Amino acid sequence: MKISIVTPTLNAAPREHRMSQSFLELSLVSMVFKTRQGPFQALSNVNLRVEKGEFVTLIGHSGCGKSTLLNIIAGLYRCTSGGVLLEGREVDEPGPDRAVVFQNHSLLPWLTAYENIELAVKKTSVGKRNKAQMRDWVLHNLKLVQMDHAMNKRPEELSGGMKQRVGIARALAMEPKVLLMDEPFGALDALTRARLQDELLRIVADTGSTVVMVTHDVDEAVLLSDRVVMMTNGPAATIGEILEVNLSRPRERLALATDARYLSARKAVLEFLYQKQLKAA
Amino acid sequence: MNTTATVATVAAPPETSLRKADAVTDLGAVAAAATSTPAVATAAAQPPTPTAKRRPAWVDVLGDWAGKILPPLVTVAVLLGIWELASSQAGAALPPPSKVISDTKELILDPFFNNGGNDVGMAWQLLASLERVLYGYSIAVVVGISLGVLVGQFAIAMRGLDPIFQVLRTVPPLAWLPIALAGFRDGNPSAIFVIFITAVWPIIINTSIGIRNIPNDYRNVARVVQLNGVEYFWKIMMPAAAPYIFSGLRIGVGLSWLAIVAAEMLIGGVGVGFFIWDAWNSSRISDIVLALFYVGIVGFILDRLVSWIGRMVARGSSVS
Repeated sequence: MKISIVTPTLNAAPREHRMSQSFLELSLVSMVFKTRQGPFQALSNVNLRVEKGEFVTLIGHSGCGKSTLLNIIAGLYRCTSGGVLLEGREVDEPGPDRAVVFQNHSLLPWLTAYENIELAVKKTSVGKRNKAQMRDWVLHNLKLVQMDHAMNKRPEELSGGMKQRVGIARALAMEPKVLLMDEPFGALDALTRARLQDELLRIVADTGSTVVMVTHDVDEAVLLSDRVVMMTNGPAATIGEILEVNLSRPRERLALATDARYLSARKAVLEFLYQKQLKAA
Repeated sequence: MNTTATVATVAAPPETSLRKADAVTDLGAVAAAATSTPAVATAAAQPPTPTAKRRPAWVDVLGDWAGKILPPLVTVAVLLGIWELASSQAGAALPPPSKVISDTKELILDPFFNNGGNDVGMAWQLLASLERVLYGYSIAVVVGISLGVLVGQFAIAMRGLDPIFQVLRTVPPLAWLPIALAGFRDGNPSAIFVIFITAVWPIIINTSIGIRNIPNDYRNVARVVQLNGVEYFWKIMMPAAAPYIFSGLRIGVGLSWLAIVAAEMLIGGVGVGFFIWDAWNSSRISDIVLALFYVGIVGFILDRLVSWIGRMVARGSSVS
């Protein structure tokens, strides 16, 4: 295990400050589901370390267990063996320190955008913020995703991209140690997706968030991540390769389109997915 | 609150209502109103739609109403006409509508008289029945939603209780009456019990279905936010299941009203059910017809009332 000096700067290159114990640590995580056809091994011995401030994407073919892995980090699933440590503490239940942005936004339809975020903030604000401060905090997060104009609208009145913005704001408002995103832009059209990716880059840069994100979009993975974690096909999926994306931030979508390092990173992921882990359709 | 929603709903109807008004015009119903005024209408209150003629808003509103009210009125008139003709034949067993009205004029005009005992006005009879329904139904709502939540939330409760519910709910309401009379030794609580036992099943079953159908995403949100049991119940479970719960409540109130009339025929005392039975025993057929009319209207109002409350409470929760 490499040990180096810990630099307290939040946005410094995250790979530099590897501690003896990582910020988020998955060790030998395995998951077996009981199904009618007998036990199904979804994940087998997944090891992953994520440092504070790092942006990691999990990519793989559908059914490779990447969402399962995310749900285990979230605490929504208990892994059958192995364990997850966040800042040295074992993850055994869901909590606001690992806020999740769900694929289909999961906003409560009977609450407005404001109320949806407020519901999440109320629980994390006990003893920390008074009423006025709580309101400010909700508004601050709505502004962060540029949705303060729609604070009193219900989800049904919002477009898919707007709903997902509110979903992101809700997760951020919980001030998570790790922001977990489960294919957050998967249901959006390409243009909306690109805009939200750009915004996510900006927000993550502003807040210094640690992010673990599941995606099936190669460009999204390379554009956003510090590391792309490529998973093998299930059953008994595990991490196949990890690609470090050595692109400086802030990243410009247009500039990167012809950037050799970007293209080679993209090619590496594509090769993994379509040569090494080609899945019969 | 909801400014754009309001704008949207205000902005949308003119077109649809215009179309409806056109349809009514075709029927010739409000043709006069619709065609005589378009000259005044062009004041640009309406968004200019290429095909529709411009008319003032009140004409559209009027046309809209006429389109809704006229068809049922016509149907009622036709049915009354057939009834009048059929019952006016020599040897007809039932009175025609005209005779019903003349026979029951006193009952209609003075619904609040009180001569003591059972001899009270229709309003008192109906209120007595409504009071029993109110008690029985209220208990059914509380018990039904509680059991529904229990059965919907916990698989073990479901396995234990559901078979019993499925059998008991098929027992006809009146079959419960003798056992209730044996237990309570009094007519009034027995009638209330019959209402309760009739209304409770659809409430239990619909509530439990509503709870079981809460999307997993909402549960996950609640788990991530770490809502406790009470918060989960009020913030997620009730709003998410509200559309199902209210469809159960609506079926329940309908069944209550069906059961009360039957139960009151047997237990006697003041109440519209016994009024009907009493009228039958003294051959006041016109009174029976009037009572049936009132029973129908009250049942209709109860149904609409619960449905309206449901729409108010469950606003938004059925749409995701």
